[in-house]
Amino acid sequence: MKKLSKVYLGLVLMFLYVPIFVLIVFSFNTTKSRSVMSGFTFDWYIKLFKNEIIISSLVNTIIVAVIASIAATILGTAAAIGINNMKKFSKTIVLNITNFPIINPEIVTGVSLMLLFVFFAARMNLEFGFVTLLIAHITFDVPYVILNVMPKFKQMDPFLYEAAQDLGCNPVSAFFKVVLPEIMPGVVSGFLMAFTFSLDDFIISYFTCGSSVQTLPVTIYSMTRRKVSPEINALSTIIFLVVVIVLVIKNMIERKSTAKVKEER
Amino acid sequence: MNNLKNKLAAAPYLVWMVVFILVPLLMVAYFAFTDGNGHFTLDYVSDVAQYAPIFIRSIWLALIATVICLVIAYPLAYILTGLKSGTRSTMLMIVMLPMWMNFLLRTYAWMTLLGNNGLINSFLGFFGIGPFKMLNTEGAVVLGMVYNYLPFMILPIYSVMVKIDKSVLEAAADLGCNPRKTLLKVVFPLSLPGVFSGITMVFVPAISTFIISRMLGGGGNLLIGDLIEMQFLGNSYNMNLGAAISLVLMVIVLLIMTIMNQFSADEDGVVLM
Repeated sequence: MKKLSKVYLGLVLMFLYVPIFVLIVFSFNTTKSRSVMSGFTFDWYIKLFKNEIIISSLVNTIIVAVIASIAATILGTAAAIGINNMKKFSKTIVLNITNFPIINPEIVTGVSLMLLFVFFAARMNLEFGFVTLLIAHITFDVPYVILNVMPKFKQMDPFLYEAAQDLGCNPVSAFFKVVLPEIMPGVVSGFLMAFTFSLDDFIISYFTCGSSVQTLPVTIYSMTRRKVSPEINALSTIIFLVVVIVLVIKNMIERKSTAKVKEER
Repeated sequence: MNNLKNKLAAAPYLVWMVVFILVPLLMVAYFAFTDGNGHFTLDYVSDVAQYAPIFIRSIWLALIATVICLVIAYPLAYILTGLKSGTRSTMLMIVMLPMWMNFLLRTYAWMTLLGNNGLINSFLGFFGIGPFKMLNTEGAVVLGMVYNYLPFMILPIYSVMVKIDKSVLEAAADLGCNPRKTLLKVVFPLSLPGVFSGITMVFVPAISTFIISRMLGGGGNLLIGDLIEMQFLGNSYNMNLGAAISLVLMVIVLLIMTIMNQFSADEDGVVLM
């Protein structure tokens, strides 16, 4: 039984990883063939770094993800504070609407925002581009921040805030010195979630970016539509490496912190 | 007084929510029920009926992909929960890692594998078999869905299973269950909320995808997503019809979610990432 489950685990891992490893191997191929390795080269990587469209869309992606996730974190954390103090009825309504971008198919969210922008583009001086892209990203980011911050309020002692004020804090410093540290883990994980979703998003960006500004996933899509180029393989290899490094570091940090908690106990 | 101020903190978001979540959804309905001049019409909504075959194909393929994901993911989640906690978290990370790569690249990987000159066909050709037409088939689309969305099935089932109290399993064994019976009569019923969450998390993106069908299905295997995309950014530019199709898709998905949510794990049970 033990052996069987190991074999099964191995098979699933093969299914998950073989396509990625094939991509990586062929990123070093001297020809464009997808089945025969004819020699080893770094040419596709050099071409990749000289490709201005890719570099500029990478920069766009990072700028949009940073601004959108910071804006969403501020907007969402403030929203969570307010929603937490609402009556049950209005709370339920607001949370249900907030859930829409999460449960709706992404294509519907993308299309609905595109229609809004089209509607306003015709009536005001709004052009598809950086601004529409940013608005779209903030919109699908905020729900994840709220979702991460809300449970922290449930865990927090509701009298902490009042106690801080009784002890001489004004409401603002009571928030920053007492409430914020309590909810910080939720704020951080909400921010990270928003940031990764922004980096990775294709569908909603595709419908809202117009033709002037492209994010990396949108550029990747148009590359796969055209002729095959091993530059995509090279890009995949780099992204894969970045993902592996980030996840290993994340895992190490988590292990350290759980070990610390154990020690303290 | 304090309470009032606290509520005001939500004000900027509430405005944002109304303008960028609620109004756009109403926009979809507005475009679906009006013509180019803004006059009310039912034409576009009734036009959706002529695309019934595409809707049926999307539902069918998404359903097959969901079932395959469930069949692969369930034993995997069970095996993962049986590992020692250190190995378990490492293994889980390894299983989830491909999900962090952009799904366009993951789908592209299969494009290069399945092609007529791809690795699989040249490997088979080595033995004198093939080449088989694998790319641009319905099978390729289902494969792409399974490959992309499998982690969405593994994670919720795993997170529910791992929380099952070990003493419950011991009790079952003490009361005369053999391991197989314990799995069937104890673990399986307790894991059902995870299964239902997994089903929605795979089915919803699968039914509405347009990338997977575009890249792996060629032009001949249109899904609802392709149909919508074509109305907004493609050749058959018709936003009103696109809005009508989106509206129908949204209703289908919300219906399925409402039914599934009756059985699903609550927020605590499912980690989104």
